[in-house]
Amino acid sequence: MADPMRVRAAENGGTVDVKILMKHDMESGQRKDASGKTIPAWFISTINVKANGKDVFNGQFGPAVSKDPFLNFKYKGAKGDKIVVTWNDSKGDKRTDEATAS
Amino acid sequence: MKTRILYGVIIGLFAVLQGCSSSAKNEASTAAAPAGGAPTDEIEKYRAMIADGNPADLYEAAGEDIWKKPMGPKNVSLQKCDLGMGPGVVKGAYTQLPKYFKDTNQVQDLESRLVTCMTKLQGYDANEIIKAGFSKGKRKDLEAVVAYVVAESKGMPINVVAKHPKEKQAYQMGKESFFYQGGPMDFSCASCHASNGKRIRLQDLPNLTEQKGAALGWGYWPAYRVSSGTFWTMQRRLNDCYRQQRFPEPIYISEDTIAVSMYMAVNAKGGTMNAPGLKR
Repeated sequence: MADPMRVRAAENGGTVDVKILMKHDMESGQRKDASGKTIPAWFISTINVKANGKDVFNGQFGPAVSKDPFLNFKYKGAKGDKIVVTWNDSKGDKRTDEATAS
Repeated sequence: MKTRILYGVIIGLFAVLQGCSSSAKNEASTAAAPAGGAPTDEIEKYRAMIADGNPADLYEAAGEDIWKKPMGPKNVSLQKCDLGMGPGVVKGAYTQLPKYFKDTNQVQDLESRLVTCMTKLQGYDANEIIKAGFSKGKRKDLEAVVAYVVAESKGMPINVVAKHPKEKQAYQMGKESFFYQGGPMDFSCASCHASNGKRIRLQDLPNLTEQKGAALGWGYWPAYRVSSGTFWTMQRRLNDCYRQQRFPEPIYISEDTIAVSMYMAVNAKGGTMNAPGLKR
């Protein structure tokens, strides 16, 4: 099972500032291990953020995104919005975490 | 081949641009600031930009869970662990470490103290943790707990003192280690960290013999290290100092590494604990 994310969301003047920190190795497929063998690519491929059940962010990540990615975006929303973040990775693993806009 | 040339051109162009912009800035700022401060200004901006999403947060969260979860042969949590302010007190505990502990009759830093707790409370084998290697086995759990404990002292003043005779002894030993020059490169910690205004590439090197510099060093470690994508404890940081000096690798939580920590922490007294930091 994947490690939890840290999701923070704060409302200010009608916009909600969402900050997501994901725990993922994001292997690019370019690196080699100690014995010289290529480490296969393994990265978050899609990310979806919903606020009160409605999509506010959809993204496709590739192997160029760093390890432990940090994502920050804003959307028009209100205090108390229930934010659900889900990512899927290239091995079919997934993780969902929630937060409430403060 | 073509791409290589292209890269060369781009790098070359970048160097030229860099040269232009820094000389222009030097001209503009010569009156205000002494030359030499400018090269690291840009990286300071970059640091401020990334400060908000410190992945050390993820280690803190994991560490808090590990702290509270019953584990080990005795299946107990670390919540009764005494970090120097009484069993289970985490808030502010890191501001006073390393310090002398009566029960072990030793000066201990946070990591060696956690090994004591994991051994005595949870029944783990200390040697297993000491020999595990960084980010491996039980040591990995310990490192996460370090992130959690350190974060609970964030923003508080560093308050490490050498009062007990053993603490004084550790400080003295750390000082000697700090100035001990040797190895194939013939240098010591002091070669890089005992004078003001030094830098390596774009990293300012704090003068650890003075309060101001020591607070900058001690106060920002442990940290998430971007270049390795892992959270580094103080022991790991010191291990790397020894490696850079081409000294033999120190044993994890050895008396000497704790002593060097003691030397830095006492020098840093009065500074602010900003760790877990975010380093290049």
